[in-house]
Amino acid sequence: MDNLNLSKFCIRLGDHCLIMAHRQSELCSNGPFLEEDIAQINLGLDLLGQAEALLIYAAKLEGGSRSADDIAFRRPEREFQNFMLTEQPNTDFAFVIVRQYIMSLYLLKTYQVLAEVDDETLSGIALKALKELTYHERHFGMWLKRLGDGTEESHERTQTAINELWMFVGELYEEDEVDLVAQKASFAPTGAEMKAFLMEHISAKFTEATLSTPDSIYMTTGSKKGIHTEYLGYLLTEMQYLQRAYPDAKW
Amino acid sequence: MTELATKEKVYQLLAEVPDPEIPVVNIIEMGMIRDVVILDNDVEVFLCPTYSGCPAMDMIDTMVKEKLAANGIENTLVTLVYKPAWTTDWMNAETKEKLRKFGIAPPVGKASSKKGMLNQELVACPQCKSTNTVIKSMFGSTACKSLYTCTDCLEPFDYFKCI
Repeated sequence: MDNLNLSKFCIRLGDHCLIMAHRQSELCSNGPFLEEDIAQINLGLDLLGQAEALLIYAAKLEGGSRSADDIAFRRPEREFQNFMLTEQPNTDFAFVIVRQYIMSLYLLKTYQVLAEVDDETLSGIALKALKELTYHERHFGMWLKRLGDGTEESHERTQTAINELWMFVGELYEEDEVDLVAQKASFAPTGAEMKAFLMEHISAKFTEATLSTPDSIYMTTGSKKGIHTEYLGYLLTEMQYLQRAYPDAKW
Repeated sequence: MTELATKEKVYQLLAEVPDPEIPVVNIIEMGMIRDVVILDNDVEVFLCPTYSGCPAMDMIDTMVKEKLAANGIENTLVTLVYKPAWTTDWMNAETKEKLRKFGIAPPVGKASSKKGMLNQELVACPQCKSTNTVIKSMFGSTACKSLYTCTDCLEPFDYFKCI
C-alpha cells in the first residue's frame, strides 16, 4: 500500500481503538464490582496501547508533519473515522458488553489478516494485539452469556442493548476507497468476508446466550466520511480537554 | 565518558533495572530486552513491551536511560520492538521461582498451547502450593495478571497469565 492510504488505514483502526479505550476508561470506579471494574479498564488499556502504536505509525507514514498526540487530541469530530458503534455510551453494563463483544470480533478478524502482511510494523502490532483480543473476545463473550442467559431482567436489558446498537453494525463491513486499496494489498478482509465472520460468531454466541439477532435491516452509514452520532462530540470534549486548554503540555 | 561502552557492560547495567511492577525481577529476566546495539558513543536498546498498553513502558524507558547515564553512557536510544510479540515463554525457571516467592503465581504451560493461553491450566497457590485454586477475575492488578483464590489456605493471589 502507498503511504497515504496506509496512514489513513492506520488512523481508522487507531480511531476505533482510541474511542473504545476512552469509553472503557469511563468505567473506572463505575464498574459493577471491583474486580470487574479493574478488568474493564485493563481491557481499555490494551486498546489504548494498540491505538498509540497505530497512530505513531500513521504519523510516521505521513512524514512527521504531526505527532500521534496531534492526531489523537487536535482533530475535530468530523476528522475522526471510528465506527459509530465504538462511540456509543455506556448506557448500562449490557451496552458495554454488546458493543465490546461485537467490536472484539471485528478487531480479531482485522488483526488476523494484518498479522500476515508484509509490513514489519503492522504485522508486529497485529501479532501482539491478537493475543490481547483473544482475552477480550472471551471476556465479553462470557458476560454476554451470563447476562443473556441470566435473570429475566438481565436478559431483557441485554436484548434491549442489542436492539438499540444493531443499526451500527452495518458499518463494520461497509467498503470505501481506502478499504478497497487495503483489500487489494491483502491488508484487510473484504466486506463480505468480514460480514460472514461477524454473523457466524454473533449468531452462535447469541443463541448460546438465548438472545436474538434483530430483524431490522436499517443500518447507519457515514463514519468513514466523519459523520457521527452526537455522542462523539461530548466524548472528544472530555478526552481532548487538556491538550486543547494547554497545547503542548507535557507530563 | 572514560571508556567506550561494550555490549556486555550495557547488559550488566540493564540487569540492574527492575521491572517497576515486579521489583524482584529485572527487565532482562522478563525477556523485555531484545537487543543492544553500540554505534560509536551511541547505544540503542531494543525493548519489547509486554502488553500494548503497558503503563510501565515510559518508566522503563526512563529507568534504562538513567541507569546508563549514571554509568557514563549519555546517548541512549530506546526503541520499541513488537515483533516477535513478547511472550511469557521467555521467562526461565529461575525467574518464575522469583515471581512465586514474591507471591505471584508464575505462568503455567506454554503460550503457544491453547490450554495455557486461555487460562485452562491448573494454577498452584504461591503460598501453600495447593492446586485447589479458583479464578476470581480474568484481570488482576494489571492486564498481565488474573486474580485467583486458594481454596485450601484461602489466600487471594495474582497469577501471571500465559501470553
